Amino acid sequence: MCVAVPGKIVEINGDTAKVYILGNICETNIKLVSAKIGDYVLIHAGCAIEVLKKDMAEEILSLFNDLEEEQNEDS
Amino acid sequence: MKTLETIKKELKEYDGKNIKIMEVCGTHTSSIFKNGIRSLLSPRIQLISGPGCPVCVTASSYIDRLVEYSLKDNHCVLTFGDMMKVKGSKLTLTEAKAMGGNVKILYSPLGAIKAAMKNPDTQFVFAAVGFETTIPIYALLIEEIIKNNIKNLRIMTSLKTIIPAISYICVNEKKIDAFLCPGHVSVIIGSSVYSEMASKYRKPFVIGGFEGGHIIAAVYEIVRQISNNEYSMKNMYQSAVSSEGNEKAKALIYKYFEAADDYWRGIGIIEGSGLRLKAEYKDFDAGSTSSEDVDITPAGCKCTDVILGRIAPVECPLFGKACTPLNAVGACMVSSEGACGIWYRNCEV
Repeated sequence: MCVAVPGKIVEINGDTAKVYILGNICETNIKLVSAKIGDYVLIHAGCAIEVLKKDMAEEILSLFNDLEEEQNEDS
Repeated sequence: MKTLETIKKELKEYDGKNIKIMEVCGTHTSSIFKNGIRSLLSPRIQLISGPGCPVCVTASSYIDRLVEYSLKDNHCVLTFGDMMKVKGSKLTLTEAKAMGGNVKILYSPLGAIKAAMKNPDTQFVFAAVGFETTIPIYALLIEEIIKNNIKNLRIMTSLKTIIPAISYICVNEKKIDAFLCPGHVSVIIGSSVYSEMASKYRKPFVIGGFEGGHIIAAVYEIVRQISNNEYSMKNMYQSAVSSEGNEKAKALIYKYFEAADDYWRGIGIIEGSGLRLKAEYKDFDAGSTSSEDVDITPAGCKCTDVILGRIAPVECPLFGKACTPLNAVGACMVSSEGACGIWYRNCEV
């Protein structure tokens, strides 16, 4: 039930925004976040619950980097 | 950089002590299957599902109250689709609808505002079920009800908070070695709460995202910590989860709701594990009595053992035989986020 999907804000009108999600434009409530046009937000049940901080692919790469550093520290 | 191939090889060839990792988010359970994560791990690393689906832990008496409401004249129950097939003591909301009950599925709780304004002569109740990911949206709904002076819309709450449930498992179920913490609940509550949990229960608490790479990295970190006798919180979903979480959302939750004891299907009452509307907002409550809820477990159903991570869904004697998504006996088979339903859709039965 806690499924959330990322989308890019393309237009803001007060507390709602038009968000581009996988080829669709969806109306989303943005009252729970401080977001601006161009931001990627995480959307759950019609509301943006967080502004995404970095690219997901970049994040996974940096995770592997961190893991290696930790393991080097261990050994 | 450590490559994914090296990590996969190390996880596959791991021959240390047996490790049982509990994930407490249905979306993680699904992603573990979709990405074939189990096939990448040594048999000594076991992934097991916990109480990660709010629908599955909602008491049957709560469903009964919704059913009753839907069958009253000029009343309508609004709900997420997941709740439609969960059985109360006698009926599901789908069956109530077939008997003439008024039940409508909404994608967002905020859609209830439009429905209530369009139909002023109907009394609406939203089935407010969920964990911290969804609870701020119910708070937004209450705010909108007040702002628009809507008199025909209330909520019936069965709201759960994850930390008391994980604490319950740490105290009562001794075989779980580490937790893969729920990604989207953590977006709201933040990562710092798990640091206290890690020190208190001396287990790794790792927050992971939902991509295959996220999960593999999180499992690898857990195995690394256990192999080195470490136990700490590690946030491996930093693109979405901050240390303190979404402060706006948390402030809104505690403006309207307060902690209360709550009933979990299959477990019973867990102290302080739910949220209810504060006394000053009781007018918006359509009869939530979560701490007085009761539950009827169908004969043979092992949902309790599944929710507490004692068994995998396939170990239940009803799984795939008497209990399937088309004819679910237990709540874990009903919801798309329930462990049994996810296992059924992804396993050969």
